[in-house]
Amino acid sequence: MQKVIMGNHALSWGALLSRAEVIAAYPITPQTEVVELLSNMCADGDLDAQFIKVESEHSAMAASMGASAAGARTFTATSAQGLALMHEVLHWATGARLPIVMGNINRAMAPPWTIWTEQTDSISERDTGWLQIYTSSIQEILDSVIQAYKVAEQVYLPVMVVLDSFVLSHTNENCDIPDQSKVDAYLPKFENAYKLDVNKPAAYGGLTGPDWYYELRYKIQKDTERSLDLFVETGKEFGEMFGREYGLVETYKLDDADTVLVSSASIASTARPVIDAMREEGHKVGLIRVRVFRPFPSDLMRKLLEGRKKVLVVDRNISFGMSGAFYEETKAALYNVKNSPPMWGYIAGLGGRDVPTNVVRDMIEQTMKEDHPSGDIIWIGVKK
Amino acid sequence: MKYTIPAQEVMCSGHKACQGCGAALAMRYALKALGPRTIMTFPACCWSVIDGPFPYSAVGVPLFHTAFETAAVVASGIRAGLDARGEKDVNVVAWAGDGGTFDIGIQALSGTTERNDNIIYVCYDNEAYMNTGVQRSSATPWGAVTTTTPPRHFKKERKKDMMAILAAHSIPYTASASVAYPEDFIKKLNYAKSIEGTKFLHILATCPPGWRSAPEIAVQLAKLAVQTHAFPLYEIHEGRYFKMSMNPAKKPLTDYLKPQGRFRHLTEEQVADMDRMIDERYSYLLEQAERSKPYFDAKKETK
Repeated sequence: MQKVIMGNHALSWGALLSRAEVIAAYPITPQTEVVELLSNMCADGDLDAQFIKVESEHSAMAASMGASAAGARTFTATSAQGLALMHEVLHWATGARLPIVMGNINRAMAPPWTIWTEQTDSISERDTGWLQIYTSSIQEILDSVIQAYKVAEQVYLPVMVVLDSFVLSHTNENCDIPDQSKVDAYLPKFENAYKLDVNKPAAYGGLTGPDWYYELRYKIQKDTERSLDLFVETGKEFGEMFGREYGLVETYKLDDADTVLVSSASIASTARPVIDAMREEGHKVGLIRVRVFRPFPSDLMRKLLEGRKKVLVVDRNISFGMSGAFYEETKAALYNVKNSPPMWGYIAGLGGRDVPTNVVRDMIEQTMKEDHPSGDIIWIGVKK
Repeated sequence: MKYTIPAQEVMCSGHKACQGCGAALAMRYALKALGPRTIMTFPACCWSVIDGPFPYSAVGVPLFHTAFETAAVVASGIRAGLDARGEKDVNVVAWAGDGGTFDIGIQALSGTTERNDNIIYVCYDNEAYMNTGVQRSSATPWGAVTTTTPPRHFKKERKKDMMAILAAHSIPYTASASVAYPEDFIKKLNYAKSIEGTKFLHILATCPPGWRSAPEIAVQLAKLAVQTHAFPLYEIHEGRYFKMSMNPAKKPLTDYLKPQGRFRHLTEEQVADMDRMIDERYSYLLEQAERSKPYFDAKKETK
């Protein structure tokens, strides 16, 4: 079925098609439409799920943990301050190995109060062990929810599906809503082998000393690494079934590119027409859109970037005192590589500042002009 | 009707409780009433240690250890998960100390109670943050010494009335209980099991290290708390109707205070002040119980 839907509703549709059994959520701008539509879907009986209308995001994640531990497929969604409030229990969900899927709408952090897009909220949670997918279209949001469960339930780790506030959350696009029967075939009912079961009593998460904690962390890292292959596998399988394949990154006119722009989410979408225009002028420019940020696809990035002439990374987030996160991680991945290209790190679009095609073009042109980056952070159009 | 304590033991030996721990007794009795078809959540509290380190567990039922402020809502989530999978006939029990209930966990507990999620919440109240080494909580009674309320600056605030806060949510059932009266406790748990919605049980659990009292008089002290009216046993039905579980002739308050080091610094005058506060609260409860009589009489008649 083809339907014009907003990004937030794509999350709701993704949860419905994945047959989420428990939803626990708290409203926050710009996420509200996700929970409103899910509430209606539950009330109308389109979605056979328990909806827990909690009193905070902290409780949204805690309730999700309980439901997931009881064996139910669980969904929630939040943004910015809500995600930050969840921080403690985000770690808990990972440590408890619960395959929860959550939508996060990227909104800049307060103060000052703001509701516009920036990735610093989800980037701040990169060390919680949540796998993170950064999306760039309404269709991809819906598809990523379904794919997220397929990966989460194999590695027993939670997954965050991330989208830009307003630019994606409140934009309407034509979207293919796949048949339920096809989604059921792709994503069968989940049986959690470690659920809370009165016939197999066990304590989960009890006091663990230095003699075992270390091994538990090792297992999380190993399964996180394993999820890289699973994202590729399940993305291919998704392509075979639904005609839309997803990988760790999306490349555009990359093959012979000597200057490569690395970005994510909607800035990467904006970059495509810029690349097209510059190609027509004879510049060998290409694009990598990083889709899976956790785990970071370091091997793939090395393969794609080694030997290029120049790389610029555009971040809509900032780790104060360092630089943008995608830049940091791309640079780290390339550090021990022989033909590591020089890398420019641009900070753009914080707090929802528009990043139109001419700004993207400015960044590419500045990179092409310089031999080496002048510093770790290059600000674009900042009013000083 | 005579209530007896079930013979079944769900909890096993080998747990890590201190000698004379009221919380350990409370769990043993609770599991006798709840039985093995029970799933529990523990926030940070004494019981997150008492249960034993990984891979041991003393409770004999599935147990989810969770963050300090989330016992109630994780239980809500478990209930929703079980409902989604059609698993009925399982008690979902949040089991938390006074810190995790009166203080850091009150928000999530309020949310769960307002939604009337079908769980039993048991607060075993040892009247301070005992697991971290006896710091005051809002459940610490007026007059008590803790490591953060030293003798010269003993706790000057009254114990938070958690039962009243729960009652204000129109909770179907809330009751206080004591490890010195296990039959009463088990009767209350059985009632809680028999009705839908959120049920809250507040059980006083003696703590010899925290109360600075001898372990061998732990049960006796719990009994004295009831007999001196310092910790009355009562129920509130539907958030409005009060019922005294027992109304013992009042023993002198000093019988309860003297064996406890945490009250040793109090002057006679201060003890008298404390006594007045206790009487004030007790007569309020009696008035409420008197007012509620027609409700319980009508309930009896319909039976």
